[in-house]
Amino acid sequence: MAASSERSPPPFPESEEQELEHDLEEDEEDSEEGADIFTGGTLSDSAMDPPLPVSSSEPPKDIFSEPPADTFKDPLNKTSAEKAASGGLSKAQAAVPVKVAADEELDDLFSDSLGESGAAPVTDAKIAPLLDLGEEPQKSDVIKKGAGKDDASTEVLSAPQNDVIKKDIFEEPPKGAAKDLPTDIKDGNAAGKKPASTDLFGDDDDEDLFKEPLGAMTKKPQGSLFTEAKSEAKAARPEQSNSAAADLFTEEAFTVTPVVAAAKSSVNTSSKTNGLHSDEEDLFAEATVELSLDSPHNDRRKREAAKPSAPAPSLSASASTSKPQPKTLEELEEEEKEDTFDLNISVTNPEKVGDGMNAYMAYKVSTQTSLSMFRSKQFTVRRRFSDFLGLYEKLSEKHAQNGYIVPPPPEKSILGMTKVKVGKEDPSSAEFVERRRAALERYLHRVVSHPSLLQDPDVREFLEKEELPRAVSTQALSGAGFLKMINKATDAVSKMTIKMNESDVWFEEKLQEVESEDQQLRKLHAMVESLVNHRKELSVNTAMFAKSVAMLGSSEDNTALSRALSQLAEVEDRIEQLHQDQASNDFFIFAELLADYIRLLGAVRACFDQRMKAWQRWQDAQNMLQKKRETEAKLLWANKPDKLQQAKDEIVEWEAKVSQYEREFERVSATVRKEVIRFEKEKSRDFKKQIIRYLESLLQSQQQLIKYWEAFLPEAKAIA
Amino acid sequence: MMQEGLDDGPDFLSEEDRGPRAVNVDLQTDATLQVDISDALSERDKVKFTVHTKSTLPNFKQNEFSVVRQHEEFIWLHDSFVENEEYAGFIIPPAPPRPDFDASREKLQKLGEGEGSMTKEEFTKMKQELEAEYLAIFKKTVAMHEVFLCRVAAHPVLRKDLNFHVFLEYNQDLSVRGKNKKEKLEDFFKNVVKSADGVIVAGVKDVDDFFEHEKTFLLEYHNRVKDASAKSDRMIRSHKSAADDINRIASTLYTLGTQDSTDMCKFFLKVSELFEKTRKIEARVAADEDLKLADLLKYYLRESQAAKDLLYRRGRALVDYENANKALDKARAKNKDVLQAETTQQVCCQKFEKISESAKQELIDFKTRRVAAFRKNLVELAELELKHAKGNLQLLQSCLAVLKGDT
Repeated sequence: MAASSERSPPPFPESEEQELEHDLEEDEEDSEEGADIFTGGTLSDSAMDPPLPVSSSEPPKDIFSEPPADTFKDPLNKTSAEKAASGGLSKAQAAVPVKVAADEELDDLFSDSLGESGAAPVTDAKIAPLLDLGEEPQKSDVIKKGAGKDDASTEVLSAPQNDVIKKDIFEEPPKGAAKDLPTDIKDGNAAGKKPASTDLFGDDDDEDLFKEPLGAMTKKPQGSLFTEAKSEAKAARPEQSNSAAADLFTEEAFTVTPVVAAAKSSVNTSSKTNGLHSDEEDLFAEATVELSLDSPHNDRRKREAAKPSAPAPSLSASASTSKPQPKTLEELEEEEKEDTFDLNISVTNPEKVGDGMNAYMAYKVSTQTSLSMFRSKQFTVRRRFSDFLGLYEKLSEKHAQNGYIVPPPPEKSILGMTKVKVGKEDPSSAEFVERRRAALERYLHRVVSHPSLLQDPDVREFLEKEELPRAVSTQALSGAGFLKMINKATDAVSKMTIKMNESDVWFEEKLQEVESEDQQLRKLHAMVESLVNHRKELSVNTAMFAKSVAMLGSSEDNTALSRALSQLAEVEDRIEQLHQDQASNDFFIFAELLADYIRLLGAVRACFDQRMKAWQRWQDAQNMLQKKRETEAKLLWANKPDKLQQAKDEIVEWEAKVSQYEREFERVSATVRKEVIRFEKEKSRDFKKQIIRYLESLLQSQQQLIKYWEAFLPEAKAIA
Repeated sequence: MMQEGLDDGPDFLSEEDRGPRAVNVDLQTDATLQVDISDALSERDKVKFTVHTKSTLPNFKQNEFSVVRQHEEFIWLHDSFVENEEYAGFIIPPAPPRPDFDASREKLQKLGEGEGSMTKEEFTKMKQELEAEYLAIFKKTVAMHEVFLCRVAAHPVLRKDLNFHVFLEYNQDLSVRGKNKKEKLEDFFKNVVKSADGVIVAGVKDVDDFFEHEKTFLLEYHNRVKDASAKSDRMIRSHKSAADDINRIASTLYTLGTQDSTDMCKFFLKVSELFEKTRKIEARVAADEDLKLADLLKYYLRESQAAKDLLYRRGRALVDYENANKALDKARAKNKDVLQAETTQQVCCQKFEKISESAKQELIDFKTRRVAAFRKNLVELAELELKHAKGNLQLLQSCLAVLKGDT
C-alpha cells in the first residue's frame, strides 16, 4: 500500500488533460451503454456476486502513484453531467440519483478549484431537466441561478454548482428518490455500498462526498414517501451511514451506466489508495470489459463491480419492491454502529516518561481494524498527551472553517499533571491518569467515528506512524499558546460585533437550543460531580463507621450481640466498597459523559460561529460591490470613460466574489446543518448508551446491597 | 408508602414514626401506668409536648389525663432524680437532648431569601425538602422525650416518685425555669470536681469483681459508643447529601428533558422520574439509618453515661465508707468521738451496700435492655435496608426495561 505520507499531499492532476480525454471517451461509452446496463443491471450483479479476492494491495498503489485526485475532479464534472443527461434520457427515475452523484463529485472538484468552464454549463443544462423530472420546482430555480452565476464567471462556476447541487441533494434526493427512483439499481447500490463505504473514506477529496450523502440520507427518512420504502429498504441494508453515502454513488453508477461508475471510481480511487476491497477488484473484472483504460478507470470499475456484487441479492429484492434507498433512522444508526466496530481503538498503558517537570505521560494507542485504508489490521503506537492536542489542532485548522464539528480533546490540566509529575503514587494522581486515559480514548473514538475526519491523513498518521513530530503549539505557556489566546480574544470580539440577521429559523432555534442545553449540562455536571464527592465522602465515612462498630462489637460483653456487631461492621465494610465503586461509576460513566458533551457543545457553537463568519464575509463583499457600483455610476455621470472600464472590471470581480462567498456561506450552512444533525444523533445514542450503563451499575449496587443485608438479617435475629 | 412519615404533614406521630420508641425497650410493659406524648406543638423557640397518661394507680385522681410540658420541665424532672439521694443506686434515665431546630430554621430562612435566584420548581422542591428535614428533627425530639418518660414509668421505683406524678398530673405550668448563668457556672464547677473526683474514685480497686468488670466495660463501651455514634452521624449526613444531589440531578434532567426537541426528551424525562424516585428511597434509607442506628447509639451513649454515673456514685460511697472506716479506726485509737465515727461508718456502710445492691440489679437490667434494644433495632434496620434496596432495584429494573424498549 502507499504510505500515508504519499497520500497526504493534496492530490493534483499532473495529467489532467489525458484523463479528461479518457473520461470523455468513457462518458460516451457510458451513455450508450447506460440504458443497457439499467435493464440488465441485476443480471450482471448477480453474476458478480462471488467476489473474487484480488490482491488488494497492488492496485491501490498504482492508482495512487498516478494522480487520482485530478482525474476525479475534472472527469467527474463531465462524467456526472453526461451521466445525468444519459440518465434523464433513459429514465426519469435515474435522474435523481444521478444528480446526487454529480453533486458530490462536483463538490470535490470545486474544493480543488478545478473548474472546467466547458463542463460546468453542460452539467447545468442537464441537471435542470432532471430536476423537472424530479417534480420539484424550487430546486430547478436554484439550479438556474447557479447556472446564471456560472455564466458570469467561469472560474466561479464550479463553486456555485456545488452549492446548488448540494441543496438539491438535500431536498430532492429523498423525495425524488422515493418517488421516481424506485428502481432496482438503487437497491443494488445500497447493498454494494457496504463494502464500498470503507473504501470511499480514503482521501480528503472523499470527505466532501461523504458529508453530503450523509445529509441526504438523514433527510430521506423524513420524507413521507420514504416511510413506505423503508420497510423494504431495511432488508437490503445492514450497512453503515458511510455506505449510504456510497449508495448514492452506486446508484448513479447503475442508472447512468458504467460511466457513472467510472466517476465514482474516480472518487473511489482516492479511497483505493487507502485500501481497496478485494471484492471490488473482482467485480472490476467484469466492469473492465466496458471500460478499459487507465488505472484509475480500472479502479473505478472495480468498485462498481464490487458494489453490485454485494448487493446482488438485495437487488433482486429491490426489483420487486422498487424502492431500496430510503433507510430509516434506525437503519442508519445500525449502520453507524457497525461502522465504529470496524475500527477499534484503545488507549492503554499510561506511562510516565522522564522525571521532574519535564516528565510526561505516554499512552499506548492500539488500533484494530478491518478498514483497508490502514496498512495492517492491528498496530500500536505510543503517543503523549500533547500529540492528541496536536491532532486536534491540525484537524480543527483544516475542518473547523468548513463548519465541521471537530471533537475537542480533554483539557489540559496543569494542576493534575503537576501532581502526577511531582507526586509519586498517590491515588488522586492515579485517578487523574485513568480519567485522562479514558477521555483520550473517547476522544479518538469520536474522531474516527466522524466519516470525514477519519479520512484525514493526519488521523491516519496519528494512529499508524511510529514517530510523530512533536506538537509544539499545544503548550499553554508557549508563544504559540499566547498567540492562540490573542486570536481567540479577537475572535470573541468580532463575534460580538457581527450582527447577523438570521434568515434561517432552523439555525436560530438550534443555536438557542444548543446554548440552553450547554447551560443545563453544565449545571448537571456540577451536580453529578458533587454527587461523586458526596458518595466518596459517604464511602470514607462508612469505612470509619465500620471500624468503629467493630470496636464496639469487641467491647460488647454479650456474645451474640458482639458477633452481630462485628457482622454489621463487615457489612458496612462491604457497603463502603460498594459506595466507592459507585462513586467511580458516577464519575466515569456519568460525569465524564457530561464533561465530554459540554466540550462538544463548545465545538458545535464554534461551527455556528464559522457559519456566521462566512455570512459576514458574504455581506462585506456585497457592501463592497455596492460601493463599486456607486463609483461606476459616478464615473458614468462624470463621463470618464478611461476609468469606467476599470470600474466595470472591478464590479465583475466583486460580483464573482459575492457569489462565491454566498456559495461558501451556503456550503458552510449545509455542512453545519448536517453536522448538527449527525451530532444530535450521536449524542442521543451516546446518552442512551451511557445512562443505561450507569443505571445498570446502580442496579448492580442495589443487588449487592440486598445480598449483604440479607446475609446480615439472620445474624441480627440471632441476638438473644 | 415509604414516604409516609416525611411527607404527610401534621400527623407526625403516625404509626411508623413511633419507631424511636424502639430505642426504649422496657422489659415490663405495665398497664398500671402508661405514658406517651400524644401531641407536640412547635412554637418560635420552644416545643410544647402534650403528655398523655393512662393509669390505674390510686394516687392519680383520674384514669386518663393530659398535660402540656416543655423541655425544661423534663430536665427539671431528670435533675430531681439525679439529686435525690434515694435514687443513687439507680441508673437514672438519661434526659432528652434539647430540641435544636436552629440549623433547620436557618436553612428555611435562607431559602426564603434566595427565592428569586431559582426556578419555581427548584424552590418548591427545596422547600419541601427542608420542611421534611424539619419535620424529621421534630419527630425525633418528640420521640426522645417520650422515651425518657416511658423509661421512668417503667422503672419500679422511679415510677412512684412524687415529682414524676406531679409532672404527669399537675395541669399548670410547673414554673421551672432554665438555669441562670450562675447556676450554670456552678454546674460547670460541679462537673469539674466530679470528673476529677471520678478519676480518684476510678483508681480505687474494687473488692467486688462484678463491679470491677462493669467499670472497665462501661468505660470502654462508653467511649466506643460515642465514637460509633459520631461516625454514624457523619455517614448518614453524607448519605443525605448524596440523596440531595440525586434530587437536584433529577430536576436538571427534567429541565433538559423539557427543553430538548429531539427524541431524547422522553428519555431524559424518564430518567429524571427515576432519579426522583430513587432519591426518595435514598433519603428514606438515610432517615431510617438515622432512626434505627444513630438514635440507638446516641441513646446508649447517654444511657451508658448514666450507668457510669451510677458507678461513680457507688465508687464515691465506697471511698466514703473506707474513709469512715479509717476515721473510726483513728477515733478508736485516740478513743475520741468514737460514737460519732461509728455512726458515720454505719451510715456510709449502709449507703454503700444499698447502692451496691440496687446497682447490681440495675446494671444487669441495663445489659438485658441493651441487648434487646440492639436486637430489635438491628433487625429492623436490616429489614428496612432490604426493603429500600429492593424497592430501588425494582425501580431501576422497570426503568431499564422501558429505556431499553425504547432504543
